[in-house]
Amino acid sequence: MKRNLTTLLLALLSAALFFSCDKKNEDDIEQLKKEALTRYADLVLASYEDSYDAAQVMRQAIEAFLANPTEAGFQACKDAWLTARNPYGQTEAYRFYAGPIDDADGPEGLINAWPMDENFIDYVEGDPNAGLINNPGAQPVISKEVLVGLNELFSEESIFTGWHAIEFLLWGQDLSTSGPGARPYTDYVTGGGGTAANQDRRGQYLRVATDLLLEHLAQVRDEWKPGAAFREAFLNEKTNAEAMGLIFFGLREFTVTELAGERMTVAIDTKDQEHEHSCFADNTIADLRMNLLGIKNVYFGTYQYVNGTNTTGRSFSEIAEKLDRAKADALRAAFADAEAKMNAIPAPFDQTIVNNPTPVEQAIAATSTLGTLLAEVGRAIGAEF
Amino acid sequence: MRTHHLLLFTLSFFACAEREDPDLLRADPDERFTGGANATTFDLGQNAFGGQVSGLTPAQSAFFVTGNSFFRSNWVTAPASVQSLDGLGPIFNATSCGSCHFKDGRAQPPASPDEPLRGLLFRLSVPGIDAHGGPLGEPVYGGQWQDRAILNVMPEGRIRVSYQEQAGQYPDGSAYSLRKPVYEFLDFNYGPLAPGVMFSPRIAQQVPGLGLLEIVPEHDILAYADESDTDGDGISGKANRVWDEATQQTVLGRFGWKANQPGLAQQTAGAFNGDIGITSSLFPLDHLSAVQQQQYPNLPNGGNPEISDDLFNKVVTYMRALAIPARRDHDEPEVLRGKLLFNQINCAACHRPQMTTGQDGSIDALKGQKIWPYTDLLLHDMGPDLADGRPDFLATGNEWRTPPLWGIGLIPVVNGHTFLLHDGRARNVEEAILWHGGEAENAQKAFKNLNKADREALIRFVESL
Repeated sequence: MKRNLTTLLLALLSAALFFSCDKKNEDDIEQLKKEALTRYADLVLASYEDSYDAAQVMRQAIEAFLANPTEAGFQACKDAWLTARNPYGQTEAYRFYAGPIDDADGPEGLINAWPMDENFIDYVEGDPNAGLINNPGAQPVISKEVLVGLNELFSEESIFTGWHAIEFLLWGQDLSTSGPGARPYTDYVTGGGGTAANQDRRGQYLRVATDLLLEHLAQVRDEWKPGAAFREAFLNEKTNAEAMGLIFFGLREFTVTELAGERMTVAIDTKDQEHEHSCFADNTIADLRMNLLGIKNVYFGTYQYVNGTNTTGRSFSEIAEKLDRAKADALRAAFADAEAKMNAIPAPFDQTIVNNPTPVEQAIAATSTLGTLLAEVGRAIGAEF
Repeated sequence: MRTHHLLLFTLSFFACAEREDPDLLRADPDERFTGGANATTFDLGQNAFGGQVSGLTPAQSAFFVTGNSFFRSNWVTAPASVQSLDGLGPIFNATSCGSCHFKDGRAQPPASPDEPLRGLLFRLSVPGIDAHGGPLGEPVYGGQWQDRAILNVMPEGRIRVSYQEQAGQYPDGSAYSLRKPVYEFLDFNYGPLAPGVMFSPRIAQQVPGLGLLEIVPEHDILAYADESDTDGDGISGKANRVWDEATQQTVLGRFGWKANQPGLAQQTAGAFNGDIGITSSLFPLDHLSAVQQQQYPNLPNGGNPEISDDLFNKVVTYMRALAIPARRDHDEPEVLRGKLLFNQINCAACHRPQMTTGQDGSIDALKGQKIWPYTDLLLHDMGPDLADGRPDFLATGNEWRTPPLWGIGLIPVVNGHTFLLHDGRARNVEEAILWHGGEAENAQKAFKNLNKADREALIRFVESL
């Protein structure tokens, strides 16, 4: 009898301990999620700050060039554009859940819309008078308001603002099989010595488009700053499950539909340069890699600044490893595979899609698998969507 | 939760008299998944209408993204370097699908009378029917007024849109104003219109979820019909029967403002042909009348057909596989109260909340889905104020198809406006309700008789769809 009682007491005690451990574990996990979400907000902010700062460097190069157009100055602008694309490419992993970048007033379409019909902006092969720049009668002043008003007005590809408008103004159409577009810097030389017409309007367009890009980057960046309404609501008013649901739903959408789909599948399906992301600068492969790196950042809680500084923090990967080791390992392997396949795509992308689609097809398959696994892992750690 | 139970209790007390369903005050957990388990997207931002159905095969998924790119891309005058995209016009309304259905969304009417139309077009016909029972096109201008043209070809003309305000008042004394459109046809570049010509304005609607509606079983839709109003509720509901170009048969109409299109392939091919001037296997001839063809004997074309079957199928797959955005705030008390009112005043008689998709078609992910479209896909007499006076197969000049309400609350997010109804005359949900007449007049009156808070709750519910 006594032994029975002891056994019972012991059983009760261990059960209580077990449940309280379980409860404590759960609390710990929830706390970990909270920290991982805060880290997410921090790395999002860091990457937008970095993008803004790099775009600011580009703006200075453009100002210097426009004040005194030279070949070297033009190259400096293009180098600055290429550098600034890297941090921005990583921020695209924050799309597709109505965050600051693409909610009702989000500037995504003003910052990074593509593909674009460049003849809305400037001359193209066979049409020296095309575009806003060469039609002062239609639009005497090139201002921020004018460009924002026109952007996407006529269709989804009538793009007047953002990275790719600036890219076109710096590189021009890519008519070469071996390199990027070769717009001469003299397109910006005013006072009689320049090439193409309306050099002053072209310079003004480049200046205004760059200023707009900075404004729109600042808008998104600021919504992620501590104390900003969006960030506070995201971190404090949503449950962990809801906030993670947004992040992981967006990740899947970006990885599968956008990165594997829009940016690679459409390109090899159409074999058309029009459907490569940075078609003027031939920067598409770097764009793809940066997109993938951005997805990785979100999962592993990492961000490396343009200047090389590394930052880390709590991550969803830690949580996944605690809660579902097998899935977490599979996801880690899928990241490595997608990275390897993407690194194997030969440059330039516009030639690869025509002549050698196999490496792109392999990258598509690996990226799609990655996206599907991301969603599974997200759900396994409690993301609700 | 406790409040709900209390409310439930109170309501069920009166339920016998009202025959109302107290369950309506509770959130159904499935309701959030507007497009069912597979076809609901949780991106409620600018791309809310552009999400992909989950569970597609890799091949379908690849078709989807390429289809999307051709939905967006601008077509150009032939011959052009991009051969897959040449063949625009000769006369047209738009250069791409996406220029009217921007981000797969809904177009708006012009903000000022002389602004060019983007996504609002006008169908034309003269009295009589064609060989298949459809509208008889205007002899020179054809079935549609095209207000744009390629170089060296004249557009058919212009249209000015202006509005007259009509003041109204709720029984509780609050005032409202509705705007009635006035259309002015100008520059008849191909001569005067035939006597007795009829026209019908149609605004481009948002396109997600259509693949689900396409496979709702026909007998389910026909079961909603009550053409002679045998149940005496003032609401009839009539199926349109329209010509199917592919099978050369008369079949049930499901799509378009008057349910005048049998399915998405024909709807898409028709829009390519009439709106952009692109020929396809289904419609191999450019949208030009004989008179216009004689006038331009040597026009360039972008191939026969101008959109290849391969690309066309991809665009149609895209149309079919666009997911519908999830509900917002479906469990908030005010929204739930709005839902109850929506049912009580009988909006749900035509805007049927729920149905289940069938087993047709090639996309398995769309089959057997419990969906929440808020339509019956049937024609209803909407009264003289909304009438276009232009029959379309079995649809009379007073009849319109119940438009699905799913996604309606995200039009402002995707397209930045709140204009509704077939011609965009309603500036918001409230005005759209107030325009309802004919079979919907009782519901409209009941809405007007609600107090302000109840009207707001009902609107809030609609905006949560």
